Amino acid sequence: MPDLRELYQDVILEHSKAPRNYRELGAANRKAEGFNPLCGDRYIVYLDLDGDAVRDIAFQGSGCAISKASASLMTQSVKGKTQSQIEELFQDFHKIVTGQTSAESSAPEVGKLSVFAGVSAYPVRVKCATLAWHTLRAALAGGDQSVSTE
Amino acid sequence: MTPAAKPQVSEITTPPTSPAAYDLHKIRRDFPILCQRVNNRPLVYLDNAATTQKPRVVIDAITRYYESGNANIHRGVHYLSQHATQEYEASRETVRRFLNAADASEIVFVRGATEGINLIAQTLGRTRVQAGDEVLITAMEHHSNIVPWQILCGEKGARLRVAPINDAGELILDEFTHLLGPRTKIVAVPHVSNALGTINPLHRMVELAHGHNAAVVVDGAQAVSHLAVNVRALDCDFYVFSGHKVYGPTGIGVLYGKAALLDAMPPYQGGGDMIRSVTFEKTTYNKIPYKFEAGTPDISGVIGLGAAINYVNEVGLDRIAIHEQDLLRYATESLSAIPGVGLIGTAKEKAAVLSFVMDGIHPHDIGTILDEEGIAIRTGHHCAQPVMDRFGVPATARASLGLYNTREEIDGLVKGIEKVRGVLG
Repeated sequence: MPDLRELYQDVILEHSKAPRNYRELGAANRKAEGFNPLCGDRYIVYLDLDGDAVRDIAFQGSGCAISKASASLMTQSVKGKTQSQIEELFQDFHKIVTGQTSAESSAPEVGKLSVFAGVSAYPVRVKCATLAWHTLRAALAGGDQSVSTE
Repeated sequence: MTPAAKPQVSEITTPPTSPAAYDLHKIRRDFPILCQRVNNRPLVYLDNAATTQKPRVVIDAITRYYESGNANIHRGVHYLSQHATQEYEASRETVRRFLNAADASEIVFVRGATEGINLIAQTLGRTRVQAGDEVLITAMEHHSNIVPWQILCGEKGARLRVAPINDAGELILDEFTHLLGPRTKIVAVPHVSNALGTINPLHRMVELAHGHNAAVVVDGAQAVSHLAVNVRALDCDFYVFSGHKVYGPTGIGVLYGKAALLDAMPPYQGGGDMIRSVTFEKTTYNKIPYKFEAGTPDISGVIGLGAAINYVNEVGLDRIAIHEQDLLRYATESLSAIPGVGLIGTAKEKAAVLSFVMDGIHPHDIGTILDEEGIAIRTGHHCAQPVMDRFGVPATARASLGLYNTREEIDGLVKGIEKVRGVLG
């Protein structure tokens, strides 16, 4: 039986209760909305893009502890990165939450994001962990967009 | 002709109990799934509003049909076909009695409540609703009683109106009354709300709607397992429900309609069984209910549904209601006593559904932690997003009770919720 503490690690609980970069971003030149129609989780990701790089990022919305903590940690880890670096990071993150890579063997860039390794034992919660990331990718892809996990 | 061989079922030898006794232990033994363990804990199934579990008699009826009775209906002269037809039509009569419809021809088998509502919208709706007309629903609908009417209104240039609910989740009858008018052609309302448990004052609503000559469609999906339904006493024009929410199989449901209305409605789908004669120039349609049952139906599902209704009748809906209302009271008191837990939906007239939220904790996380304890509840918007908006919550956790649930299970739920608090703080 998977251990709940593996899923709800302290870092995740702390970020879900006090999410970082949780605000509307006045200087945003991109934004996208992400929605999980199955559970009703909904986030808006705001981006201030400087050429190819993320100068600033923020988010708002509501959802479970996993999705909110994931959004919070994501905003911290992508600030200053380029689109291709972010895409690489997302692929690494995705491998962790789906159990294709263990937290120990993940790329060093993944850093704190490896706290989400426990999600892999709960397949229905993978979408919670990746919702903000899909929203970010939609914002990077252009314009005001809306993405759905379904 | 002898009936198909039936497998030997050993007679139950326990002495008959008094009519008032509700033998919960025996009832639980009737449901094979309930004795299993989930995550190494005894299963506590509290997601009955999503679907109910199936008693052995339903599973056996379906198995027996496939093992010894399988044939297509309404066409063969051979023994098996005749036997299957008899069983299929016997279920129709069982449903007629269950709803107290006037005639078995008023019972149409469909895939579920959703298909029933779509059928009405696309047949009666398309002929009766014109540009500028109105369809009236309530603020407590399941999406299945919103979207079919939205599609119809969009096609016709008609207006979908919504009767509001109060903070307890009860229909505001005055507002409902004011929204009725000469343009109201169809009123579509739930008997019981899936997200809130509210039981609507249907009798009065039907009376009011008929005062404006509107046809009344009742979504009974959440009602039939909890309370006795009498469509003639209600005088509603249509009543739909799903078999799987009343201890029957998935994929089968019922549309009741008054014969005169069904007769006048155009068919929904064309195909075999719904016709009287076909040439390339013209087709004449079969009589009701067959006009609405195109193609080979879910025969095993219909037979399974008949067995489910017989089972419910045997336990007795009046006794089920007493048991569930007692459990609902107990659960309401227990959950209300937990600090930081709030109930959404506190109607005076309520079925055994408890939607709740916890301060600072998302329902999804509640669901995952309760699952670890073997407790199955539903979390999310319950296909009723406008209800969530009305109460200003993105989602709720929902425990919905059935005839087999126990006070011990409610105690388990309370312990589980305390654990949620422990894990998530």
